[in-house]
Amino acid sequence: MSRGDKESGRGASPPDNGWVAGARPAGATSGVAENFTFEHLLRLADDRLVLGHRLSEWCGHAPILEEDIALANIALDFIGQASALLKLAGEVEGKGRTDDTLAYFRDAIEFRNAQLVELPNGDFASTIVRQFLFDAWDVLLLERLTTAANESLAGIAAKALKEAKYHLRHSAEWVRMLGDGTAESHARAQRALDELWPYTHELFLTDAIDGEAVAARMGVETATLRAPWLETVERVLREATLTRPKDGFAPRGGRTGRHTEHLGRMLADMQSLARAHPGATW
Amino acid sequence: MVTVAEPRREQILAWLDEVKDPEVPVLSIRELGVLRDVEVIGDDVVVVLTPTYSGCPAMHAMEQEVVQSLRRHGVDRVRVRTVYSPAWTTDWMSDEARAKLEAYGIAPPGRVEQDDLVPLRRRSPIPCPYCKSVNTVMRSEFGSTACKAIHFCNTCRQPFEQFKAI
Repeated sequence: MSRGDKESGRGASPPDNGWVAGARPAGATSGVAENFTFEHLLRLADDRLVLGHRLSEWCGHAPILEEDIALANIALDFIGQASALLKLAGEVEGKGRTDDTLAYFRDAIEFRNAQLVELPNGDFASTIVRQFLFDAWDVLLLERLTTAANESLAGIAAKALKEAKYHLRHSAEWVRMLGDGTAESHARAQRALDELWPYTHELFLTDAIDGEAVAARMGVETATLRAPWLETVERVLREATLTRPKDGFAPRGGRTGRHTEHLGRMLADMQSLARAHPGATW
Repeated sequence: MVTVAEPRREQILAWLDEVKDPEVPVLSIRELGVLRDVEVIGDDVVVVLTPTYSGCPAMHAMEQEVVQSLRRHGVDRVRVRTVYSPAWTTDWMSDEARAKLEAYGIAPPGRVEQDDLVPLRRRSPIPCPYCKSVNTVMRSEFGSTACKAIHFCNTCRQPFEQFKAI
């Protein structure tokens, strides 16, 4: 849907135009800029929607009741944030798509989340470590988005920031408990960290869409978040007696719709009810 | 216009005091800080709400109850508008509202703390709303609703909920 519009809107331009920072074709309509904003909002929203759904998969399965409740609560926060951001994205796009249409009637290739959040939950350690790596990034991102030029976005970010800080306290505490716990919990936490670390690099990539968002004062130069992120992450990992993995393999593509095989399967589950009964309400 | 609208606005605000948080029925949406404003534009009434948490499922119930409550008072043209800024904080809760919470068996929120990475379990204990003992421990940062945490009182051996300070 959005991809088709973008391509047809730029039919006369070489395919790369508009994807290169500052290379917006002369005489481009405001629709181009709005598409950038739309894409940018989808990235922000889809991280939350997909991670929220992954966390909700723990409902009824977590190792202890308190964590079952905690993960469901955190999932709810993310899905609420995603809903607000998708509503805003739908308004910016101006084609009458709602948060529900955007959540339930896009295919995997139209999702803009980082691959980190779509990976299967794995064991509890893997879920917690992923959550910690994401939360530490999320707090930094949202802090900066609270000063976005768009009032609605700034408001959503300010609200989400309070929730994100609470999430980070929770996940950081669990990383400490698992890492500095039993031999088994330590080994599982370290294995999760080693497996997930490569996927964190995508959170700090900055491309033309981010560039446009930054220029419009609606985005964040995500590359600048890595140093403060490492500071938080390394501090907690030290306390947890876990070893920070080396940088190397850095898969990417989620931000432009290239996903792992796992997202399609997750969406098949998440979207099945809405697609089987379009327009159903309760 | 304003002279006509203002008493009407006050009246509507008073009627909206009937709308309670479905999860914490001792607090009205006004005391909770969810009700931000009422705008009267001719015959139209716009009720401005802000969510406690982004995904709070009780928000839908509160929105519906706002509309139904005003209908009962003969106000038919009601719309609800959701705002996110300024972000909701438990610091808006009055001392009176806090006392109501405690009497209901929910420990009221403390002041919002700034040091974000201090683990929750190492913070100062929350007084038990039943026996006032401070010999309590946090059992879980998350409770039956997004806005509450679970604690346990070692003195009266009762689990209790606390309204989280955010």
